[in-house]
Amino acid sequence: MKDNPFSLWVYLSQSPLLWLTVTLMVYATTDAVSLATRRHPLANPVLHAMWIIGAFLLATGTSYTTYFAGAQFVHFLLGPATVALAVPLYENRKRVVSSIVPMLVALVAGSVTAVVSVVLLAEFAGLPRDVVLSLAPKSVTAGVAMGIAESLHADPSLAAVAVILTGIMGAIIVSPLMNRTGVTDFRARGFAAGLAAHGIGTARAFQVDEIAGVFSGIAMSLNALVTSFLVPMVVTLLVR
Amino acid sequence: MLASLSLILLCQLIGEAVVRGLALPLPGPVLGLVLLLVLLLARDRFARLARGPLRNDGVETASKGLLAHLSLLFVPAGVGVVQKLDLLASHGIAIVLVLALSVVLTLLATVLTFRLISRLLKQQDAR
Repeated sequence: MKDNPFSLWVYLSQSPLLWLTVTLMVYATTDAVSLATRRHPLANPVLHAMWIIGAFLLATGTSYTTYFAGAQFVHFLLGPATVALAVPLYENRKRVVSSIVPMLVALVAGSVTAVVSVVLLAEFAGLPRDVVLSLAPKSVTAGVAMGIAESLHADPSLAAVAVILTGIMGAIIVSPLMNRTGVTDFRARGFAAGLAAHGIGTARAFQVDEIAGVFSGIAMSLNALVTSFLVPMVVTLLVR
Repeated sequence: MLASLSLILLCQLIGEAVVRGLALPLPGPVLGLVLLLVLLLARDRFARLARGPLRNDGVETASKGLLAHLSLLFVPAGVGVVQKLDLLASHGIAIVLVLALSVVLTLLATVLTFRLISRLLKQQDAR
């Protein structure tokens, strides 16, 4: 060991353990900061964990593939966490059933707005065709958006990045925006957060209010269904 | 705890299998969510189902544990932005602006529709 001080780093930097530890430690720190600022929207833990870890990877010349070998253990839990949304949904079933009509109408309005607005704006901004296609499913959760992008022969990893950016911006903007519209109904606010900003919006909604979190989780699940059908249609109609 | 996590994974596994098998255009975990919800509702109906993870808040506690740190789970995919730095250098500002505008429009469209419809329903009930 002694004759090569780098051999320990070479060994560790290739092992999943290091990157899993880094992911958890950085997130634990950014989450503690978020808590210390009483969940200020700009102290979004995902946003800050992302750039800190990203900068660390760039500084150490580590590839994303090497990083992901460790971080995949965290990434994997996205699936089980989606299943787990059944529990808050079950516990609040009475409130959910009683608002089924506004939910379904808002679902259609929101999903259509999400896909059509991003496609039109991206075309207007003159973005290349494959970028437009990769941005189209940005309001659904990462796994689903990547699947949609793949089926359109777009770029799934760009779709994932668009999803995360959308989620973070949605989570940051949702509280100030909703306060400005004067909507105080946490069912409606949560539903909008989950529809526009999927899991990151839902995580934010749970921080603000339990009912908002439940409705956000429902919106996120339902939007995953609707958007899977909607994106191929909108793309054929609107993308040159 | 172990049995509860197994049950959650089992729901996802069945969801994925059905979605693949029938080539359904929906994500496997969403079907898993529906499955777990049906199980919980069935448990209230049929006392015989209330065993193992479906007893004493087993699966409820495990699920809440998973959901407590939901944002953490997005970090690995988010760090993938390091692979896209060249694209962000050329189109980054446009992409961020497009996504930001679209998310604001989506939030407004959803929340205002939700409020409008629930107000209309309330007026109808009042009559």
